[in-house]
Amino acid sequence: MPDTTFLDSTELVLNMGPQHPSTHGVLRVILKLDGEKVLGTDCVIGYLHRGVEKIAENRTFAQFNPYVDRMDYVAAVSNGLGYCLAVEKLLNIEAPPRAQAVRVVLTELNRIASHLLWLGTHALDIGAITPVFYCFREREEALKIFEQYCGARLTTHAFRIGGLQYETYDGFEKDVKAFCEMFLPKVDEYEELLTNNRIWVGRLKGVGILTADECKEYGVTGPVLRAAGVKWDLRKAQPYSGYEKYEFEIPTRENGDTYDRYIVRMQEMRQSVRIMQQAVEAIPEGPIMGKVGKVIKPAVGEAYVSLEAPKGELGYYVVSDGATQPYRVRVRPPSFVNLQALDRMVRGGLVADVVAIIGTLDIVLGEVDR
Amino acid sequence: MANLLKKIFLVDLFQGLCVTFRNQNPKYIYTEQYPAERPKVAERYRGAPRLNINPDNGETLCIACNLCALACPENLIVVTSVRNEETKRKELTTFTYDTSRCMFCGLCEDACPVDALELTQDFELATYTREGQIWDRQALEEGPKPTAYKC
Repeated sequence: MPDTTFLDSTELVLNMGPQHPSTHGVLRVILKLDGEKVLGTDCVIGYLHRGVEKIAENRTFAQFNPYVDRMDYVAAVSNGLGYCLAVEKLLNIEAPPRAQAVRVVLTELNRIASHLLWLGTHALDIGAITPVFYCFREREEALKIFEQYCGARLTTHAFRIGGLQYETYDGFEKDVKAFCEMFLPKVDEYEELLTNNRIWVGRLKGVGILTADECKEYGVTGPVLRAAGVKWDLRKAQPYSGYEKYEFEIPTRENGDTYDRYIVRMQEMRQSVRIMQQAVEAIPEGPIMGKVGKVIKPAVGEAYVSLEAPKGELGYYVVSDGATQPYRVRVRPPSFVNLQALDRMVRGGLVADVVAIIGTLDIVLGEVDR
Repeated sequence: MANLLKKIFLVDLFQGLCVTFRNQNPKYIYTEQYPAERPKVAERYRGAPRLNINPDNGETLCIACNLCALACPENLIVVTSVRNEETKRKELTTFTYDTSRCMFCGLCEDACPVDALELTQDFELATYTREGQIWDRQALEEGPKPTAYKC
């Protein structure tokens, strides 16, 4: 942090949040300012800390399952999948093919729902109010499918260890196909609103640049990494839940600025539709639950599973000491790690850019604080 | 040149406005007039808990096996029972369910061996007191009674 500022004016320390609408939750950013210029930031997190990892130690494996939904509550299905996969690895079992296909459909649907919420709120931060209404309209359709499938919209608790609890409802395939068909033109519509809009481009181009090397240094994953030109997607790199069967591309861009991250996420939504269309066409018949006992009691051991959540690499590390309760559960949340790069990205920028950069990181504070 | 003309004639802004005006059509109305018009929730919706009774004789279906209380991550279900000396069976006496701590995960419903405990489609659970959130056996059997509004 430089001691002298422009014209020796005094450095101003400003609190942004914890109630600031554009911090997407309760994040407090202490900004050190020289006029409009940001000299540095300090993030204060923990307002939403619930001690989820500690709660896990006092619950059985099955009982902890609904809690993971409450970390990244806009992408609860991905969280549930991560935890279930980790415990399944610990138990040395695999979900049946039908369960895997349904899991893929639902996680991709959730990725779209998460990206839609991101797009709406991000545009709202930048000053475009229209997209949020359109995004929520389409998100509603996705949430309706969740509601019909498992009975809840956000904190779904859709998967169980070993497979699925619920069989797909009548018309599930039809609903998903209809959603895919309806959704693709809508993405074009959002792009029509934003991609070439001069205000949007002016606010986002060249803002918050994070190069590929810096991304790797900070451990940043997900669309932020891909926007910097690194072709890294865990769905391709280490496929889980049968992702190797589906054909899709990893959208990347070169500049690593806020605009590129926007483009990458828009492309990702299209790819998600592609995966969903393939998966829903080929849901095999068969059981939906693997061979799991009523009481889940894994042998002594540990398992780490990571998967591509909408926000980046989501990891679950589960340790068992042979009891019915996990000895330790550690979560590697993408939002928490991505947030570390905030200081690097906003330095030298303007206050208005801070809003854009927090938005583009796509953090969920429930996951940051856990 | 084309770019300059596009810039002067604000093509990008009008393109966006086109989308806005396309969506102005009154057939795209998504607002629900909530208390007057209630949303139709899905069949599998996990809402207010209900303790089912046998419609034929009015007796509870619950066999007081306590599995729901064991399955609950929040330990919010309390089941008490007495043993009937004649039939040697457990009979349910009280059943309390603390909806204020419930996260509607559905594990109790899955655990129930006789489909006595069920999460229903009722979603209006607000009360004026904290005590009102703790439902006893009678409340669970009757279910919530939300006010119906007419518009």
